[in-house]
Amino acid sequence: MDFTSLSFTDVTRNFGRRRALNRVSFRLETGEIVGLLGPNGAGKSTLLSIAATLLEPSSGSIAYGGQPRADWLRGRIGLLGHDLYLYPELSAAENLAFFARLHGLPDVERRVSSALERAQLVDRRDDQVVGFSRGMRQRLALERALLHDPRLVLLDEPFTGLDDGSSAMLVQRLQELRSKQCLVLVATHDLEVIEPIITRALLLRQGKLAPIPPGAGSLRERYRRTSV
Amino acid sequence: MSFLAIVLLVVRKDLVVEFRNREIVYTTLFFAVSTLLVFSFSFVHEGRAVEDAAAGILWVAIAFSGTLALGRAFERERQNETLRGLLMAPVARTALYVGKLAGILLLLLAVEAVVVPMVGLMFQAPLFRYPLTLISLLVSGTIGFAAVGTLFAAMLVRTRSRDVLLPVLLYPITVPVIIAGVRGTAALFQVDADLPMARAWLSMLVFFDAVFVTLALWTFEAVMTE
Repeated sequence: MDFTSLSFTDVTRNFGRRRALNRVSFRLETGEIVGLLGPNGAGKSTLLSIAATLLEPSSGSIAYGGQPRADWLRGRIGLLGHDLYLYPELSAAENLAFFARLHGLPDVERRVSSALERAQLVDRRDDQVVGFSRGMRQRLALERALLHDPRLVLLDEPFTGLDDGSSAMLVQRLQELRSKQCLVLVATHDLEVIEPIITRALLLRQGKLAPIPPGAGSLRERYRRTSV
Repeated sequence: MSFLAIVLLVVRKDLVVEFRNREIVYTTLFFAVSTLLVFSFSFVHEGRAVEDAAAGILWVAIAFSGTLALGRAFERERQNETLRGLLMAPVARTALYVGKLAGILLLLLAVEAVVVPMVGLMFQAPLFRYPLTLISLLVSGTIGFAAVGTLFAAMLVRTRSRDVLLPVLLYPITVPVIIAGVRGTAALFQVDADLPMARAWLSMLVFFDAVFVTLALWTFEAVMTE
């Protein structure tokens, strides 16, 4: 049975003497796209790494629909990190095929072809990733993260390097994920792009969740008010 | 997906990456050959090599170039954080370890295929007297060295001073492997080859391999969880 929520309860993570996350609690439900906002160094990537099971919290607990962290969960989580987890020496198709096989997915060729189509890289399928622009790599990396139809999608700055057309396609992709009842957590600074599609936003400041002022104005304006 | 299938997948990927840029093989080979050349100026006089020097020089070349290969193999996985991509897969992490280990082993054995004949030529080492025992010593010694090295290189991949720390941690732990390799090879290279002694050192190497591989498999999962 797939999980339907993600809950963080009083999660703290220390790196030596530095506290990256400080008693963070929130809950994410299926069909939600939640924006994770905050200045650089606020702890957004640490939070995503913990949700992805790559980092253990120093204290607190994380539950995936009431179930604790376990190895099988990795097959249900899609993570697009700030670094893109792509091998530059491999071609776009080889990268996707490698990760598809690593996830034990059936029908690898079909999945790779449809992922390349979505990434608009069909004509570059056999080119090594080292020759790709940042935007092309970003699109490919997103498809790599979604190749196994994950339930929980964690995206760290997914709009980096994307032009307007690619950003619009990513927004459409996120809406598809919502309609598939995925849980989506997006760390981003592109507030104007993300605002129309997110269910709500969480603001991290110095490792703590902080309130975003309600009321009139765009998300960017309200976010700015928090930093005054 | 079976354990073996994951191992083969990782090995194949590593070999394709290496085949495309040949960075590890070229740098490792260059370093190993340079080491042999430098030693040959010291230990070969009037065309005759100092007795017992060949075995030590061979293993020094393997250990130093092996450290270079280990560091570089994991630096690749760090540059684009592909190691995290591997760790996100729902597979046994020990299979990822064995895959990385097998890839490094194949690269090191390829380097040894060039370095060993050079040792034979430069230091008049009798390579063909007991070739199977020599190959067994080289393979088992390389497995022991690479088993510990792969674990440490993976452990240090996110450490800032990993290039310094890798040899500092690796050499003290692998000293028994290097000593057994040197003594076993020296027993074969000496004028009156001591085959029983070489086999005794070989048994010790196999024992070290079993211990190191078991420990590495046991600790890899914990080491990879930050």
